Amino acid sequence: MAIRTPSLKSILSTVLIVLAPLYSVASDEVNIYSARQESLIKPLLERFTEQTGTKVNLVTGKGDALLTRLKSEGMNSPADILLTVDAGRLYRAQEAGVLQAIASDELNSLIPSHLRSSDNQWYGLSVRARVIVYGKDRVQANQLSTYEALADPQWRGKICVRSSGNIYNQSLVSGMITSQGIIKTEAWLKGFVSNFARPPAGGDRDQIKAVASGQCDIAVVNSYYLGGMILSDDQSQQTAASKVALFWPNQQDRGTHINISGAGITKSAKNLKLAEELIVFLAANDSQEWYAERNNEFPVRETVKVSSVLESWGPFVADTLNVSELGRNNSAAIMAMDRAGWK
Amino acid sequence: MEIDSSSSGFNSSNQSSGRGWRIYLFIVTAVIAVPMLVIFASLLQPFSSAWQHLFDTVLTDYITNSLLLMAGVGLGTLVLGVSAAWLTAMCDFPGRKILSWAFLLPMAMPAYIIAYTYTGILDFSGPLQTALRDTYQWQYGDYYFPEIRSLGGAICMLSLVLYPYVYMLVRVAFLEQSTAVLEASRNLGKKPWQTLFLVALPMARPAIVAGVSLALMETLADYGTVAYFGVSSFTTGIFRTWYGLGELTTAAQLCAFLMLFVFALIMAERWSRQRLRFHHHSAQKKMVRLRLKGWRSALAMSVGSLIVFLGFVLPASQLAIWASVGWQENLDGDFITLLFNSFSLAAIASVCCLIVAVFLAYTKRAFASRAELGAVAVASLGYAVPGTVIAVGVLIPVAWLDNQIDFLSTTWFDYPTGLLISGTLGLLVFAYLVRFLSVSLNTVDSGLTAIKPSIDESARSLGATPSRVLSRIHLPILRTSLLTALLLVFVEVLKELPTTLILRPFNFNTLAVRTYELASDERLVDAALPALAIVIIGLLPVLLITKSILNERFSNE
Repeated sequence: MAIRTPSLKSILSTVLIVLAPLYSVASDEVNIYSARQESLIKPLLERFTEQTGTKVNLVTGKGDALLTRLKSEGMNSPADILLTVDAGRLYRAQEAGVLQAIASDELNSLIPSHLRSSDNQWYGLSVRARVIVYGKDRVQANQLSTYEALADPQWRGKICVRSSGNIYNQSLVSGMITSQGIIKTEAWLKGFVSNFARPPAGGDRDQIKAVASGQCDIAVVNSYYLGGMILSDDQSQQTAASKVALFWPNQQDRGTHINISGAGITKSAKNLKLAEELIVFLAANDSQEWYAERNNEFPVRETVKVSSVLESWGPFVADTLNVSELGRNNSAAIMAMDRAGWK
Repeated sequence: MEIDSSSSGFNSSNQSSGRGWRIYLFIVTAVIAVPMLVIFASLLQPFSSAWQHLFDTVLTDYITNSLLLMAGVGLGTLVLGVSAAWLTAMCDFPGRKILSWAFLLPMAMPAYIIAYTYTGILDFSGPLQTALRDTYQWQYGDYYFPEIRSLGGAICMLSLVLYPYVYMLVRVAFLEQSTAVLEASRNLGKKPWQTLFLVALPMARPAIVAGVSLALMETLADYGTVAYFGVSSFTTGIFRTWYGLGELTTAAQLCAFLMLFVFALIMAERWSRQRLRFHHHSAQKKMVRLRLKGWRSALAMSVGSLIVFLGFVLPASQLAIWASVGWQENLDGDFITLLFNSFSLAAIASVCCLIVAVFLAYTKRAFASRAELGAVAVASLGYAVPGTVIAVGVLIPVAWLDNQIDFLSTTWFDYPTGLLISGTLGLLVFAYLVRFLSVSLNTVDSGLTAIKPSIDESARSLGATPSRVLSRIHLPILRTSLLTALLLVFVEVLKELPTTLILRPFNFNTLAVRTYELASDERLVDAALPALAIVIIGLLPVLLITKSILNERFSNE
């Protein structure tokens, strides 16, 4: 070792001289790893750059893959912010120890406590509701009540829902495990799965189309997909959307299941202050309105004005369970779904 | 053709002169194998309780579905690819020339995109079934219609876009087969189809195997199509275990078993033909194509056009219809950047893959012993591994290396380097190399095995160095195979998604990324334009290169 060290050192110094100009920490920029796709975040980031002069760099990808990248890059990771489209991934990032807590009174006042981590490691930035959609010509709203009631044999062969690989199905079950316990949830899953009209496949819009065309009577989907179809350029999507209606489940008890898209600041963040400023910007009224306008997601505060489509669905009671719980029970949910045979 | 039972006898005499080559071979394969080894290393870690859960519930499903998928796609690509190759290489009928390049078109179509288009057309709520219901006043359940989103549907989709691998390689093999043997067969009174099954197919076996195994590896790695169709395959299982259960180690272990399975298949195939050598004589005369007449010609034409219609025309038209709705909105300044990024990445990666493939294929041929063959086989496993997993296999060791360099540099020079390699385009190209090497290697290999070792021996005995034999004899003969390899990887990289997604630098997008993001949000109308652009850019090299591939032997017909 005594002989090898100097030679290794000299090689390294040469390498450094060659590569040195490539490396610089641009401290006046913010770098984001985002599971939220480009078209649904970049316009906001551009607005932020316009207003503050701070450049924002973006890589988008799947939440777990980005988290793996962040973890393996460690303290040298260029990322300042991790943005995901569900609470489970943020919870996982928190568990992996790649996020840091920020004590921001401003964020804490902007974002209700059930939509952020209790130790300030991450914050919810938009709300996505999992709702029931039904065929207007076959189902009356008064036949519907709760997610739990969807296990009732009266719906045998009438329900469409996508695969259990979908994160929002997982978080729905996860939330149910928290509120009902695993035993009740497993029993519910058995009944629910046996009510499927067809093996789960396709995306949420496909389920809505299946309801519209009569293949099934009800579907469980994220509300923004229905909004997207109502506002679509594609005539056939508009037509399908017009044949169905939205129902808010569990209004008499715990409220409709919701998940969030949200963000946390990484431990490796080079510029804490700018990163925090950006998250505050994303939580501010203008950005909140934009989520509703652009992607039919709900704002994190009820005081924010929403788009006409969202308004037409009326106000609803949302589950106030802390969204961290969705992450905590995610793998228990998957295992229960596997056992129930939800493909 | 010559079937000789001596296993390449000229190896032993060249052992010493090949030392340099073999050392380089080991270095190159070792570097390329690192991501695979990282995945294999997961087997050393304890097996978590998630395994028990998988055994109890879904693992059987994963395995059965993947095997069925492989069997179906294997058969589908074999039948489609070999028929297409036979028709265009050995027969003559009106439209043959057009078909011979049109058969390649489906290759440019990403599998999950064709899945979306067919679902759009054939789904219960799609135009076809809606029209049927309206015409006959049917309701749901009144009639039978095959469900596109099923295992069978996935087999059809994958077969339609993957058969060109078989077609390309087998076509080259047919064209390079000794005309003398084929004519002898015909002169002995064998009917054309007997010649096909008794002579041409057995001689083309290395090419068929190479093509089908590429298709099967791609099938195993496919995530988009099976996930959309709700088929729980081994690959969806890997991601379910990782994303859903949060068990990256268990997911890597699953993936390691997948790779062991593929490795065993490769070895089994190699062993089964180890005593057979397939060479053609180099002196060639022009072969006369079998001229099809009457109903045979009509049949050839309609079968050929049907394949192209289903694999390309229909899905591409659906894309064009979607794209026509909102293209003005989507055709912004960014779009040009996307085109440029996708094109240049694909070009650079395909050249890199080709260089490495030629080096490996040739070193293997000239000097290989069992150890080298094994090393190359490990290095070419990447194609069967889902891109995301390859990316993780690249990410982890490179980030580790980066952090070590940073640590040493900080301690010694008080100069933090940060991450030097992570998040660069160079790393992305390396990941493509890991993933797609076997595509170019299989292609070059199958071309190279068709050249008799006696040619090498003569040249070597006349004093030519190995590199001279390569550059003066093999490369010119191999021109078709080389161009094919280049084209295949180019199109692959163009379509590549998961690796790009994870490893790319900030603010760097490709057409595939844009397509995927919009499609995953079920905004097909918006996704259609970049998807169509992938197809069109993929066509450019197909058109340019096929001209020289196709006119190889029947130049002035």
